[in-house]
Amino acid sequence: MGESKSGSVMVVGGGIAGIQASLDLSGLGYQVYLIEKAGSIGGVMAKLDKTFPTNDCAI
Amino acid sequence: MGNFAAKVRRQPRYIDLDLCTGCGICADYCPIVMGDAYRENLALTKAPHRDYVQAVPASFYIDPEKCLFHSHEMCRICVSACQARAINLYEQEEMLDLNVGAVILAPGFGRISEEVLSRYGYGRLADVVTGVEFELLTSASGPTMGNIIRPSDGEHPHGIAFLQCIGTRDVSCGNGYCSSVCCMYAIKEAIVAKEHAPDLESSIFYMDMRTQGKEFDYARQRAKEKGIRFVRSRVGGVQAKGKSLEISYVDEAGKHLKEDFDMVVLPEGLESPPAAQVLAEASGIELNHYDFCSTLPFSPLKTTRAGIFVAGAFQGPKDVPESVTDASGAAALAAEVLKEARGTEVEAKTYPAEIDIEGEPRIGVFVCSCGTNIGGVVDVQSVADYAATLDNVVYSDTNLYSCAQNTQEEITETIKENRLNRVVVAACTPRTHEPLFQETIKDAGLNRCLFEMANIRDHCSWVHAMVPEAATEKSKDLIRMAVAKARGLQPLPEQKLPVTQKALVIGGGIAGMTAALNVAGQGFECILVEESKALGGNLKRMRSTLTGDDPKQLFQDTETKIRSHPLIQVHTEASVEDVSGYVGNFITSIRTNGSSESVEHGVVVVATGGKPYEPTQYLYGKSGQVVTQGELEERLTKVEGAKGINDIVMIQCVGSRGEDLSYCSKVCCGQAVRNALKILEINPSAHITVLYRDMRTYGFMEDYYQLAREKGVMFIHFDKDDPPEVTEKEGSIQVEFLDKIMGERVVLEPDLLALSVGIVPSRSEALSKMLKTPLTSDGFFLEAHPKLRPVEFSVEGVYLCGLAHGPKPISESVAQATAAAGKACIPMAKGYVTVEPIVSFVDTATCIGCGICEALCPYSAIRMIKVGKRKKAETISASCKGCGICAAHCPSLSILMGGFTNEQILSQIKALMG
Repeated sequence: MGESKSGSVMVVGGGIAGIQASLDLSGLGYQVYLIEKAGSIGGVMAKLDKTFPTNDCAI
Repeated sequence: MGNFAAKVRRQPRYIDLDLCTGCGICADYCPIVMGDAYRENLALTKAPHRDYVQAVPASFYIDPEKCLFHSHEMCRICVSACQARAINLYEQEEMLDLNVGAVILAPGFGRISEEVLSRYGYGRLADVVTGVEFELLTSASGPTMGNIIRPSDGEHPHGIAFLQCIGTRDVSCGNGYCSSVCCMYAIKEAIVAKEHAPDLESSIFYMDMRTQGKEFDYARQRAKEKGIRFVRSRVGGVQAKGKSLEISYVDEAGKHLKEDFDMVVLPEGLESPPAAQVLAEASGIELNHYDFCSTLPFSPLKTTRAGIFVAGAFQGPKDVPESVTDASGAAALAAEVLKEARGTEVEAKTYPAEIDIEGEPRIGVFVCSCGTNIGGVVDVQSVADYAATLDNVVYSDTNLYSCAQNTQEEITETIKENRLNRVVVAACTPRTHEPLFQETIKDAGLNRCLFEMANIRDHCSWVHAMVPEAATEKSKDLIRMAVAKARGLQPLPEQKLPVTQKALVIGGGIAGMTAALNVAGQGFECILVEESKALGGNLKRMRSTLTGDDPKQLFQDTETKIRSHPLIQVHTEASVEDVSGYVGNFITSIRTNGSSESVEHGVVVVATGGKPYEPTQYLYGKSGQVVTQGELEERLTKVEGAKGINDIVMIQCVGSRGEDLSYCSKVCCGQAVRNALKILEINPSAHITVLYRDMRTYGFMEDYYQLAREKGVMFIHFDKDDPPEVTEKEGSIQVEFLDKIMGERVVLEPDLLALSVGIVPSRSEALSKMLKTPLTSDGFFLEAHPKLRPVEFSVEGVYLCGLAHGPKPISESVAQATAAAGKACIPMAKGYVTVEPIVSFVDTATCIGCGICEALCPYSAIRMIKVGKRKKAETISASCKGCGICAAHCPSLSILMGGFTNEQILSQIKALMG
């Protein structure tokens, strides 16, 4: 690999998976571009009221 | 790899992110009322809106399809209404060119089409709703505020039917796979509905109840105890019958039945994301035959293009814990690819210098309405007015949503303008929101310990919703107490401690090896400790997989990489004898061949694995005709292995799910299907009967279950209370069971009986004590949070993966191990850990060195040291969680808790007493 590597990562999708990946990457020392098509991040999990099996609040 | 050019099309929001304060005046003035797609059109919204109040970013945006300006070039009323001048209706889309080293695809999943839903009356019958719609009906912040009503007439339903496998496990709609999550969310919704309306009767119509996740069967059991009815059946259709809905179904005995309900819920499955094809084309990756991302079973997070990884349901239908795990794993893989470029493009967040808070306390009180959550009960304005009368309070006001991004900025400004040096927020719980507000005051130059919270939501508006005046009075009491404590708050220093950049991985199975390789791949040293003579764990015994991949090859490849990696040090026949220290600075004693070695490391990954359950039932060990699936797998590696066996019976859940083991082991159904297919490959005329309780071939495994049925494998269900009976007669075994469809007991005399046994955890009590990492009642390690922190422990610096966490197939172990490695690398990559300022502090002048605190500390955060000739206690700040157990038990009151000193607590109590 001749050219130098970039220190940034693009994460496509801002649901719980995209958010978690972005947080971890920033913790690991990388710049993150989080791309979300909706007006806000959160995806489906943000829509949920409670989560199985503990019925914790999803937000 | 390492250098991608990405083109991103940014759609206009028409409202400037930075200028918008989220006040919502634009929406108030907008004349366009439209269906709220975010709420499944069960509520109304305006053209300028945001999806939910806690949305990030908090700024509004305009839907151009409904906006009058965009459709008819008129109106523009929002532009003049917006005081922040944030609205620009002429904003254009923008093309961004990004240069990135790696890509993670996490586009989520799509929805089952209305065409498929309409087969069950959806769209035609108003009271047939989707699972997501029902979720909104049960949600306190939903369109009915948690009031469960029938869409047709607004009445409360009494009988609700949940129909499972909607648009999934259904080849007729092209989705042969199992969506893996619908059984769980249907149970959840049924339980929540019951909590809202105890007289509500829910019935779940299902084929197999697939609650295979960790602790999931317990929730199913609880649902049953709460009166949720489970009906194993196949549903034919839904018809209107007067005001009710009539379900026709076929029960287990093959009987055609009809039953009436007030409402029908379709907990629909997960579809591949709508953008799958476009995304695949743009990123140059391949999709599988269901249009999900194509991955290999032993590298579940890698797409077909190097440097592009996948996380979440795009990889295959999955729940939140697995999505979160995969996300951490994908991040770890990206970090491995880019290790040389780590830290080259990040800017550290900076805070203003801390303001000196000498002099009189100047306290600011912010009272939150939380929309109507608090404000609907508590008179927040009168509470704020009351707070203003308290000594040292120089500012007091209310906020609609104190946690909203724009309010945070306002609070920062208010602190500066009013020179506040202590801040009290009266809102929800500090458990979730204290860190956010502490960050906010830090932005204003205050030490984050100069913050106090009064929980007037949980303690006032929620529990005293029926008596608003009393709730308001109690809010005043709580604020008076918080202000009293705030007066005595002092800044506490945040300590930074260096991290030893070396990891210890305990367990050398596939999980431990995978974790070690990622840690080393990210450039950190790693010590891998394995109890037995060789690496490989259970993987060594595995011969085949459902997907046709070779576990032997995986083992050899992984072991070679481990052995040749310069950063990995392997200790076999070694065990962990003792662990001391804390995140960043552990010291572990490793015992190998009778001698001990002490190593320093910064983090620990627990991958101690599990092993197959050893059955005693069904004549195992007594008859040569009875084997486990694992033994059968070994036998089938040779063609002769299947010779002479024409009649095979397999029994599922042997020892599992309520027998010796209370849980489901997740892998045994797949093993049975794989062995059945393997036998048929060698001997196509073999007769195979699988006796099962629920076939749990979740996800894409369902394809193979389908294939086995097509090839003639008989799958026959039995109940837990009526298991098959196995006897030996004249040297030959007999299996007797009830065939429900025929309605009679059947006796088979198979050549071979294969038992599907579950997985038991390795004995982990000693390690659990050493690491202070708890175990579940089943003996698996208990993670910090089942959904949001699935590979971490509550003890910092210790991570978890593989069978030690719970039974799972190879692909999930690999994903989880990568995730654990990624998490473990975070403190190492940072190079330091910050210590919570709220830790205990021992006053050595009065400490009598009794050691009670050391014995009681659940985090090993107190040690005894010698001060002169006397023994004294000392807090290891990095390990301390600030729980206060030590301070509460100290007989000489020598332990102080930062942020909770005796004076502060006493002043709170005095304030309450008035």
